[in-house]
Amino acid sequence: MIDYSKKLNSKAAALKPSGIRRFFDISEQMENVISLGVGEPDFQTPWHIRSAGIESLENGKTRYTANRGMEPLRKEIVAYMKRRFNLTYSPNEALVTVGGSEAIDLAVRALVEQGDEVLIPQPSFVCYEPIVALAGGTSVIIELKSDNDFVLTPEQLEEKITDKTKVLVLPYPCNPTGGIMRKEDLEKIAPVIIKHDLMVISDEIYAELTYSGERHISIAEIDGMWERTVIVSGFSKTYSMTGWRLGYALAPDPITALMTKIHQFAIMSAPTTSQYAAIEALKNGDDDIKKMVDEYDTRRRLVVDGFNKIGLTCFEPLGAFYVFPCIKSTGLTSEEFCEKLLYSKKVAMVPGTAFGDCGEGFVRVSYCYSVEHLKEALNRTGEFIKELKGSE
Amino acid sequence: MNKKLLKLLEKNARYTTTDLATMLGITEDEVRAQIEEMKKEGLIRGFKTVVDWERLDSAYVSALIELNVTPLPDSGFEEAAKKIMKYDEVETVYLMSGGYDLCVIVKGKTFQEVAMFVGKVLAPMKGVISTATHFVLRRYKELDIVLCGDEGDDRGNFWL
Repeated sequence: MIDYSKKLNSKAAALKPSGIRRFFDISEQMENVISLGVGEPDFQTPWHIRSAGIESLENGKTRYTANRGMEPLRKEIVAYMKRRFNLTYSPNEALVTVGGSEAIDLAVRALVEQGDEVLIPQPSFVCYEPIVALAGGTSVIIELKSDNDFVLTPEQLEEKITDKTKVLVLPYPCNPTGGIMRKEDLEKIAPVIIKHDLMVISDEIYAELTYSGERHISIAEIDGMWERTVIVSGFSKTYSMTGWRLGYALAPDPITALMTKIHQFAIMSAPTTSQYAAIEALKNGDDDIKKMVDEYDTRRRLVVDGFNKIGLTCFEPLGAFYVFPCIKSTGLTSEEFCEKLLYSKKVAMVPGTAFGDCGEGFVRVSYCYSVEHLKEALNRTGEFIKELKGSE
Repeated sequence: MNKKLLKLLEKNARYTTTDLATMLGITEDEVRAQIEEMKKEGLIRGFKTVVDWERLDSAYVSALIELNVTPLPDSGFEEAAKKIMKYDEVETVYLMSGGYDLCVIVKGKTFQEVAMFVGKVLAPMKGVISTATHFVLRRYKELDIVLCGDEGDDRGNFWL
């Protein structure tokens, strides 16, 4: 018999499994569960984009592309970044990846080595810590505060910097909080980053999904930051293309070149069909973005208002497609809350603690659902809260 | 005029005033006033339900009829169109560019009934030169609403 525990990579084996796996399993077993858990758009990929993918298949475009992605696609990415976010890159500074996730992985692998510390503000997306661990780095968590709308402040940043700190992950607009960083917030942290000579991995996958007149500003636009920033983004959330698995990274040439080298050995090239579809998305998809953002915005208002009426206070999220209501008034932990809600009302939400210890006291609610679905879930949650209070 | 309100109502006329107010970030009174105003202005012409009659046993037949009409010196096709639209059997009347003049959608209980309406009412009408009747065999999508099957939510429970 082989003792597999001795064969497996100890770093990988030591990774904490995702805390929400359990909920996933429970809700899978139950019938008529109404979920607010899913982190992907409910819209289909717009037809003209799907059609471009189909056409590429019909034309026999079924082979590898250049490692770093097709030249026409990289040109469109760069034009798009200029048009919509006022950022200047050359096509050689763009790398097409398998989803934003691969871009994050590559950025970390290209920048982080044994002994380096990586600053990760939380609550945030779950993949940063494991990827840093696999690269041999050490994650240092910065706990964001709800009374500050989950914005990263220069004081919080400064406090965690040591002489080993190399990289800051900047996850805005933020999954799960819906928080954003405005230009003035970025201008406050930039001097700290520059003073300590840090690099930034800016996860901007939700950049297009901002509301109430806010436009996402990339930290790369702040003076002195372009040269220290790796932007990771993708097509999943912007164009409802999660299943196409296509993302990209933008960074100064020496970083992109190294990321491309790793990508070339690990992946070869991103899916060809998806690259053709993505060209169409970037060329003719601006209207689709507007349509989806308008739709998300009406749902966002409905859900924020719904939670506040139920008595679960909810700061107004200005980005992504999540709200992050506070459930401390119930006296339950996030996990208890989600479990009870699931069992008694068959409504599934994700405990805030899945996104870091400081997510305790919150739950993540996705509004990637129809208005009817959201209203039903809000009704059931309202009943749940009433019953909780009644039983006190 | 509130374009966002119109778009929401176009999508679902049954949203409550409360929900509309929340979704648009305005008060309920404003929602009510704006809807009334837009009705008065003729921007909002009515509220209907899209029914998939084929799911019931009840017979439902509709046909698209192409009409060629002799235009009148002053009013063109106006007179014929306005006369045709008065019939209860007529659901839709459009003036068209291209190969024919008026597009008329007629509904009835049986093919026979629709055919009779075309033969006895539309064809003999003054000014009508010719008719071509196309029966609808299956409705897949109507007024933005999909009538065939249910696409459902096939997202895996992918939670992160």
